[in-house]
Formats: sequence, structure tokens, C-alpha cells
Amino acid sequence: MTSVLTPAPPVGDRARPPGRARRLARRIASPWTYAALIAILAGSAFPVYWSLVVSSQTPEAVGSVPPVLVPGGHLFANIARVFDETDFALALGNSLIVAGTITVSVVLFSTLAGFAFAKLRFRGRTALLLVVIATQAIPTELGVVPLYMMMADFGWAGELQAVIVPGLVTAFGVFFMRQYFERALPLELLEAGRMDGCGTLRLFWHVALPTARPAAAVLGLFTFMQAWNDFFWPLVVLVPENPTVQTALSTLASGYTTDYTLVLTAATIGTVPVLLVFLLFGRQIVGGIMQGALKG
Amino acid sequence: MAERRTWADRRHHWDVKLSPFGFVSPYFLIFGVFGLFPLLYTGWVSLQDRNLLDAEGAEFVGFANYDQLLFHDPYFWNAMGNTVSLWLLTTIPQILFALGVAHLLNRRLRGRTLFRMGMILPNITSVAAVTIIFAQLFGRDFGLVNWVLSWFGAGQIDWQAGTASSHTAIAAMVVWRWTGYHALIFLASMQAIPSSMYEAATLDGARSWQQFWRITVPLLRPQIIFSTVIATTGNMRLLAEPLLFNPGTAAATGGSDRQFQTAALYLYEQGFTKYDFGYSSAIALVLAVATMLVAGVSYLVTRRIQTE
Repeated sequence: MTSVLTPAPPVGDRARPPGRARRLARRIASPWTYAALIAILAGSAFPVYWSLVVSSQTPEAVGSVPPVLVPGGHLFANIARVFDETDFALALGNSLIVAGTITVSVVLFSTLAGFAFAKLRFRGRTALLLVVIATQAIPTELGVVPLYMMMADFGWAGELQAVIVPGLVTAFGVFFMRQYFERALPLELLEAGRMDGCGTLRLFWHVALPTARPAAAVLGLFTFMQAWNDFFWPLVVLVPENPTVQTALSTLASGYTTDYTLVLTAATIGTVPVLLVFLLFGRQIVGGIMQGALKG
Repeated sequence: MAERRTWADRRHHWDVKLSPFGFVSPYFLIFGVFGLFPLLYTGWVSLQDRNLLDAEGAEFVGFANYDQLLFHDPYFWNAMGNTVSLWLLTTIPQILFALGVAHLLNRRLRGRTLFRMGMILPNITSVAAVTIIFAQLFGRDFGLVNWVLSWFGAGQIDWQAGTASSHTAIAAMVVWRWTGYHALIFLASMQAIPSSMYEAATLDGARSWQQFWRITVPLLRPQIIFSTVIATTGNMRLLAEPLLFNPGTAAATGGSDRQFQTAALYLYEQGFTKYDFGYSSAIALVLAVATMLVAGVSYLVTRRIQTE
């Protein structure tokens, strides 16, 4: 295994044509490539599109053969029905509280810990970092039963804090910010700060935090989307009367006869916040995944 | 130099020594209480006969839960069989499709960002929404999938009813949701392969297909291993998809005949519909061991990709 810390030697440097010529050498996409990619793109988008189609039709239209494939005019009527007939407003508010709190907390604590691991010296640093890395791999499902018992003991079962508190920190966030600081924050900058008499907390606030902004933003986006979409633990610990968007969807879908227009309208509404985040910051999200830095 | 230190010096000394611990402590405190402790405690609970509704009546029973689970519980083995079947049906297509999609994206393209964002769109939608949408698409009477199949003369498939058909439908959701994510990971590494390697291969007369299998795939070995292991650990604990594929009274059993109940769903059924916490914890630990074994096997298999 080569060490991650040493930069790889340039491969085939002499054979590689310089700059522009090299880029041109990458094969130009043929019409077939575009056709295939557009087909895949359509496949990717179709279920989301379909959910929108169903949300804008009447229940009768959805049950017809052949099925209707274009949006109709009933979207707003269906949205009104979701809010009239179910507690979806409460679910949206709850999800916003949960995902918002978790995002702020994960970003703050990950930045703090990541900074310490990357740039400060202390006893047991390497060992503690190894603990962080190792805990990334552990599936949370393994601990749900005892975690539920704890929440019941605290009297938190059914309450939002039961969802929020375990999510306040993530090993992934700490590791992600540590990697970023390692690369992006020069030690000289910190030493200069120390010379000027900054305490560690002020160094963090005035030197580290501004440097961390781009990485913290990406971490925040991902944390928000993950917290918003989280299903299993909220399903276990919350009660149907106090749902998040995802558990409300599961309750809606599990009626004796499923009103698909209603359920898919709710699903569409519940997807809008992440879709907005995605449309605004898609480039950064794609970049984060391509660095292999983020797991879904 | 044994002068007395000034107050400022001393404060500086303590700041440098102690602040780092202050900075990392929120993570370790919260993770310790709500992450690590439950994990360890699972082991202890799994040795008990313990019910949510009767916490005082918890009784130490040693390995009785494991004995029951491994040797006297056909439902568990049914669930493990479904888990392995779904793992195969999801992981292999996911990796192969992702390689193909990445290969297509690794060209000089107009609208690169649009295509890349489109590939990852499924991954950002919630598993609950996706599963509900797919359950509707795979409906027996008015589902779009059956409508399309009817053009080819296929009968009305009751997707939820059969083992093979329900596994196919669930696998379709998982593959749809994750292919783009793995494709982007592969794409990042493909772009680092020097084009001179392909030029040399072209001069030697290697065709596009050969270049893909002989150059691209071997050079992507580390990413293929990574993606396979990540996909395996995820797919071995599928829960939301089978739970929501057939919502209603039979949700936790994964269909009327448990035809698509996974091990994680069985854990949920025992723990949170029957409140048998001891038994559920035992399932959790056995599933964790099984996942590690399967992930280990996947690692060994993908490691054998030829490097020359």
C-alpha cells in the first residue's frame, strides 16, 4: 500500500501531451453516447416526475388504463387535501426542526473537532482519531434496541429530542473536516495568530472557521439531506401523532386502501426541500461525491 | 530560567494543553452515550429475555436467544435467504451499471454538469418517497410497469405476491437509487487515467470494448472494491424498502408469506411490533456478523480483478 500522505509521482509524464492537447485526446462523445445518456437521465428522473404526475391528477385518472403520463390540473387541490386531511404541516415543521438542529450541530462540532485533530497537539491524538475513523463503519441498526430503551428511560420516546440528540455528532463529519483543515489551513497562519496573542478559541473563531467555510457548507448540505431523509430511527422512536415527513409518509401509505394521489402528493411535497437544496448546490454535491469524500 | 511565570504565561500554557480536549469532547461525549454505549449494551440485552412492556421482568437467559434463532427459527433463515438474494440482486447490477454509466460520462460532453446532477438525483430522494412511488409503479392493476409489460404480451404480474417478482421490484428501487452515486465515484478515478494509455492501446489495435475491460476496469480496482464493500454493507441491512413495498398490516412481515422479509426487517418485527428486545438484539448481532462475513467475501472477490 502506498501512503496516502506522499503525493503520487506523475505517471507517464513524458508521454503525456501538454494541457490542451491532452484534453482533446479524450474521446469526443458520439450521438450514441448522448442518446444513451439522455435515456439514463430520463430513467433517473422518471419516478420523481411520475410522483408529480400523480400529484396533479384526480384519483380516478390515476386508476385508468392506459395511465395518464402528463401532469394534470389538480396539484393545488391535492396539496390542499394533504394539509386538510393529514397532519402533514406538523410533520414538515418537525422535520425542519430536526434537520435544522442536526445540521447546525454537526457542522459546528465537526469543525471544532476536525480543527483540533488537524492542527493542535495533544495527548492521545492519533488514538482518538483512529476511534473516530473506526466508528464510521458501525451500522446504527445494531444499537437501536438499547437506544430505544434509553430514550424510554429518559421519557423521550415519541419526542423530537429522541431523534435529534443521537444525530448531533457524526464520525464522518469530524473526519471530513479534519481532512479539509489538514490541506487548507497553513500552520504559519496559526503561528502568526499565536504571536498576536490569540487564545485557542479565538484562533478557531477568527482563523480556522473562515477557512473552513467551503467544506462546512458541503458538510451542511449533506447532513441536512440525510437528516431530512432519515427513516428508520424516527420510525422506531416517534409516534404517529408526532411524525417527521418520512414517518408521516409511511403512516399515510399504510392505510387499508391506499389513496395514491394523496400519498404521492405528500411524497412530492416532502421531496421539495431536498430538491431545492440540490438545484441550488448540485455542483458542490456532485463535486463532493466525486472526491469520494461523501457517502450517501 | 527558574523565574516565576506570569499569569498570562500560565494561562497560555493551560490553554494550549487543555483546549484541544475541549474541542473534541462534544463528539466523544455524545457519541459515547448515544452511539457506543447502545452498541455494547446490545450484547448484554441479547443474553436476556426482555420485553419492552415488562422491563422489571428482564431475565438473564445466556445464549437461549441465539439457540432459538439459529437452530429453531425458520422465519429467521427465510429472512437471511431473502437478505442474501436481495444483496446479490442489488449489488452486482449496481456496480456493473455504474461502470457503464461512468464510461459514458467519461467523454468530452456538452452539459456535463446537467448529466452528472441527473445521475445523482435518485440518491438525494428519500427512501420512503422512492419506495412509495415504486410500489405504485409496480402495482398489479394500474401500475405503469405492468402496463408497459402488457405491450409485450406479459400477464398482469402481482409483484408483491411472489418471491422472485418482489425481489426484482425491490432490487430495482435500490439499483435505481444508488447506481449514479457509484458512477460518480468511478468517473472521478477514470478521469485520472492518462489518455496516453488509451492511445497506445489504440495503436496496438485494441478495440473500445477491450480497452474498457483491459485498462479502465483494472485501474479502477480500488474504487470497485470500495463501492462493492459500501454497497454490501448497505444492502445487507435493507429495511425501509421491504417495509414500505407492501404497507399495511403485513408490512413488518415483508409480505403475506414473508416472501420479502429481510433480516433487518425481522429485527424490526421482533423488536418493535412484538417488543421482544432480547431476541431482537440477538438478531442485530447475528446480522452484523453476517454482514462482516459477506463484506469480507466481496472484498476478496473484487480484489481478484486482474491488474495486468
